[in-house]
Amino acid sequence: MSVEVFLRHRRGAFALDVAFVTRGGVTALFGPSGAGKTSIVSVIAGLLRPQEGRIAVNGRVLLDTSTRLSVPAEARRTAMVFQDSRLFPHMSVRDNLLFGWRRAPVKADAATIDHVVDLLGLGGLLGRAPRGLSGGEKSRVALGRALLASPDMLLLDEPLASLDAARRDEILPYLEKLARETRLPMLYVSHSVEEVARLADEIVVLQDGRVKAQGSVFDLLTDVDAIAGAPPLGAVFEATLAGQRADGLSLLAFDGGVLAVAKLSRPPGARLRVRLRAEDIMLACEEPRAISANNVLPCIVGAVRAHGDQADIQLLCGATKLAARITGASRARLGLEPGVSAFAIVKSVTVEREAG
Amino acid sequence: MTEILSPAESQALLLSLRVSGVAIACALPFAFVTALFLARTRFPGKTLVDGIIHLPLVLPPVAVGFLLLMAFGTRGPVGGWLLAHLGIRFVFSWTGATFASALITFPLQVRAIRLALEGADTGLGEAARTLGAHAFDRLANLTLPLALPGIISGAITAVAASLGEFGAIITFVSNIPGQTQTLPLAIYAALQIPGGEAEAARLCGLSVLLALLFMTAGEFATRAARAWR
Repeated sequence: MSVEVFLRHRRGAFALDVAFVTRGGVTALFGPSGAGKTSIVSVIAGLLRPQEGRIAVNGRVLLDTSTRLSVPAEARRTAMVFQDSRLFPHMSVRDNLLFGWRRAPVKADAATIDHVVDLLGLGGLLGRAPRGLSGGEKSRVALGRALLASPDMLLLDEPLASLDAARRDEILPYLEKLARETRLPMLYVSHSVEEVARLADEIVVLQDGRVKAQGSVFDLLTDVDAIAGAPPLGAVFEATLAGQRADGLSLLAFDGGVLAVAKLSRPPGARLRVRLRAEDIMLACEEPRAISANNVLPCIVGAVRAHGDQADIQLLCGATKLAARITGASRARLGLEPGVSAFAIVKSVTVEREAG
Repeated sequence: MTEILSPAESQALLLSLRVSGVAIACALPFAFVTALFLARTRFPGKTLVDGIIHLPLVLPPVAVGFLLLMAFGTRGPVGGWLLAHLGIRFVFSWTGATFASALITFPLQVRAIRLALEGADTGLGEAARTLGAHAFDRLANLTLPLALPGIISGAITAVAASLGEFGAIITFVSNIPGQTQTLPLAIYAALQIPGGEAEAARLCGLSVLLALLFMTAGEFATRAARAWR
């Protein structure tokens, strides 16, 4: 399972020049608006023809301008979920869901349809018209419609951007389930690091039409030099729920130590994805004793990037990479250079989801 | 109906309905294709093409009737050929009245359908493409049903407009009771006879009723079209 993307396209003052390969799973295309994210997915879907490019999904070449090959969008089997759902207003939810299914060369069986309807919680909506649905419901139907087309790849162009925070939190668990359950390569366009940290396996960071950095979600978000400020720094790693402490806090064991966090209602042994934001880590050279924070992790400074009056510090905590952002003055005072030992004082931990 | 209307009156009414109904039904597919073409393409000279399509709407109907007579009369280049090879004669016949009506109201239909097509979200077509729908599939299952309310309201308005057509019909196919004498022509004929004002007034009342009926129906269709989106 792989997706190969190479394209060059110039339109007015904007030039797109990107090349990347993903190994399947969920790849986040991350970048500010205008970085070319939507253009890239449009090229992959076949809705936009680049001046130069080559696209292959699982080895099947969809576009190769050097041999003048371009599979039309309707034959690419790259279903796309748009920001504005784009449900067909004259069809019921059921007919919307089955639109791609009816046209798929290999159709999903009845059990799969039921499963998707179940997974996305669409059972009660089937007879309704799209007009009466909430934003979140529309997004779920659009997602189900794309899935049931049995595509080789799913393109998600900021599917949550038009939703408010509450609706977004309503959809994210569905997307997480989807990412865990299907083996479908997904390209997820987003400018929200929260969504990326929760969903992605890999991240491609775009800036001004170019790939600025690419890597695993576990490495890249702490790579102070590669990402240089955008996306925001912060560690993402997996941990196992080890049990509960006498004081009620849950213990998360990870490759580098143990974190005590507010009580989690999941069974012991559950694998969880955890995020530590750079702003939520303070650094000390000596182990602090009387302190309100529950977690102090011994680590070694990996890389340091000074910019302005701030310093981004990558930390190695066992095999897990963390990142902290402190002021340049603090960094100088503590003498934080690569290789130096330090203590990371963790102010808050976000448990994102069950790990896949 | 015969108790309220005289035989001549019901003849004119039925002929009017037949001429208008057949005219719009026959013109509709052409109007749809033309509207689709105008809505989806961009080319130099499009304004000119658009203008030519709108000509029957802005020309004096008498001029349209005269031009039709020149071309489709039995001695006209097209009419002569049709008569000689296919035995089709427009002049003095209800088919000629229908043809004139269709031509006059064609721009009205094109406008209504084009508006409906241009109002449709092109994003839906893109979504359908990524879900495997080919061009004809999208036309049949997306474009056409979405434009349908606009098409229906355009057709009803065109029928209502064509019921009032006078100049083109009388010039092209003359005023023959039972063949080409639609309601407006019957009103005109009544006014030519001394003391025919009462008859003309009755026919006028009938025209008003008919026009109101169709305009109301058209308005309902337009409202339905809006409610859909």
